[in-house]
Amino acid sequence: MSAASQSQTVQFQEAPPRVSEWKRFRRVFFQRKIVLFGLVVLLLLFFTAAFAPWIAPYDPYRGNMADSLQHPSKKYWLGTDIQGRDVLSRLIFGARTTVMVGFLTVLMAASAGMIMGLTAGYFGGMTGTVIMRFVDSLMAFPMLLLALVLAAVLGSGIHNVIIALGVATTPGYARVMYGLTLSLRENDYVTASRAMGATDRQIMLRHILPNSLPPVIVLVTLQLGNIILAEAGLSFLGIGIKPPGAAWGAMVFDGYRYLLTHPVLSFAPGLAIMLVVFAFNMVGDGLRDALDPRLRGLL
Amino acid sequence: MTAYIVRRLVMAVFVLFMVTLVVFFVMRLIPGDPLIIFLGQSAQLGSMSAEELEHLRKEYGLDKPIVVQYVNWLRDITSGNLGTSIYYREKVGKLLMERFPITLHIGLTAYVVANGLGVLLGLLAAVRRGTWIDAVATTFANVGITIPVFWLGLLLMYVLGLKLGWLPISGYTSPFQNFWLSMKQIIMPVACLSVTGLAVIARQTRSSMLEVIRQDYIRTAWSKGLGERLVIMRHALKNSLIPVITLMGIGLGLVFGGSVLVETVFAIPGVGRLLVSSVFAKDYVVIQSGTLIIASIIVMINLIVDIAYGWLDPRIRYT
Repeated sequence: MSAASQSQTVQFQEAPPRVSEWKRFRRVFFQRKIVLFGLVVLLLLFFTAAFAPWIAPYDPYRGNMADSLQHPSKKYWLGTDIQGRDVLSRLIFGARTTVMVGFLTVLMAASAGMIMGLTAGYFGGMTGTVIMRFVDSLMAFPMLLLALVLAAVLGSGIHNVIIALGVATTPGYARVMYGLTLSLRENDYVTASRAMGATDRQIMLRHILPNSLPPVIVLVTLQLGNIILAEAGLSFLGIGIKPPGAAWGAMVFDGYRYLLTHPVLSFAPGLAIMLVVFAFNMVGDGLRDALDPRLRGLL
Repeated sequence: MTAYIVRRLVMAVFVLFMVTLVVFFVMRLIPGDPLIIFLGQSAQLGSMSAEELEHLRKEYGLDKPIVVQYVNWLRDITSGNLGTSIYYREKVGKLLMERFPITLHIGLTAYVVANGLGVLLGLLAAVRRGTWIDAVATTFANVGITIPVFWLGLLLMYVLGLKLGWLPISGYTSPFQNFWLSMKQIIMPVACLSVTGLAVIARQTRSSMLEVIRQDYIRTAWSKGLGERLVIMRHALKNSLIPVITLMGIGLGLVFGGSVLVETVFAIPGVGRLLVSSVFAKDYVVIQSGTLIIASIIVMINLIVDIAYGWLDPRIRYT
């Protein structure tokens, strides 16, 4: 190292004013209007999913055959499908499918992936290599294809879609957790803790896991959008929820045949998917900006 | 560099081996008798006598230990024998050979469009940051990663096919048969398949360009009086493409995954549609081989991407 650069490190920089982490998070997160918009959409989604039976104007599963294929009107805001079922009510119940699949899948994939990445990164060596190569091999399958194959093997049904999507998205978490663990375990507090006699398990759970959470939370939010898209794709193909259950992707497919005369049947659920995925992406972006320590001082 | 390539090659072979393990054992997850894989129907099994079952088990080698079955299967597929489809009653190799060119034609076109336009869009957005170009590109990218591929297909079909009548709404024609019809038919599928990749690439290019533009060497390049084209193309773009290239490796998966949906929407007789119909027909032999081949292609492409990566960025070779 040259003398010039050494003298540079000695120079004191003005310390940035101390701001509480939480205050900065709030300021950065709520700064952008679009993030706020995403947040509102998500709150609406959760509300709709939770209170679907009270909000929906009609029974989503049983239609009135006399009212088959109605155009949007005061009575049916978004019209009715071939079986005379109210499209709006089915959309509202479809929100339940979306939320359930999204959250259960993320829960499964994030916990499995984090355990794999943490173990591989912390212990390294042969264990690490085998785990991470296995993860690589899962990464070689396109997510939708892997989910399709798993759903085919396990059989249709919403719980199998969750398992399939969970397995297909696990590698992402494993990769991120692996990278985080590799860098976190080099920290002085880990060495200190080990010197004080902490076991591997204690270090992993008390030091590495909590410190890796912010990036994982961002990944979870962004992944939720992808999972919802994949679930919609699978249900569009006819895999997943069984009729008369409502799922947005399946509604797009059902409306496909009446595209020329009743485009709203396909357009409305597609728009719902898009809006929700957009909301998750925006909130994810906002969380990333607010949680990334490298942006501290910049934002 | 040679050591790096060799290391990557060994890794790729190992991953490929894991891929075969995953495919083989996932197929064994099918509840019930593994004979279902070759018969496709559990109902058929129920009506068979114990002797017939025993005979079939011998015929398909299912009486042997699972490791031996795996090795036999591996030997078969590496010698090009992919088995016989239950549903189509044809050699799986032949079925796939007929369909792969179609999927690759549309898929690779989409791949090139996504990467080319994506980099261009991201570049423009970064260089003209804060202008309307940036606003349009960023909005487009945000919509692109959000829109369900199959739904975009329906929208395009509705507007361009049904309402305006500009493009044929479905089907596939080989470009060697009727070039213009083929071109017109693939416009919408290519648009759908490329949109997600395009958006992802544009976002990444934009943000890494913005990162690079702040660097000292870019200021140096400006201050020694280089023109904008030279600064951007030679100094900034080259360096900002490194993270973009990683995404290009992932993008191929998007294309293959998306082809499952797009080929269904536009009634294109490619591998994606074959796999979907095989899933419904419980034609496990086709699913097994199709998935294996797609995964292998992706492993190979990622190997190439990795090597390109090491070639572009010497720092990576030594870690």
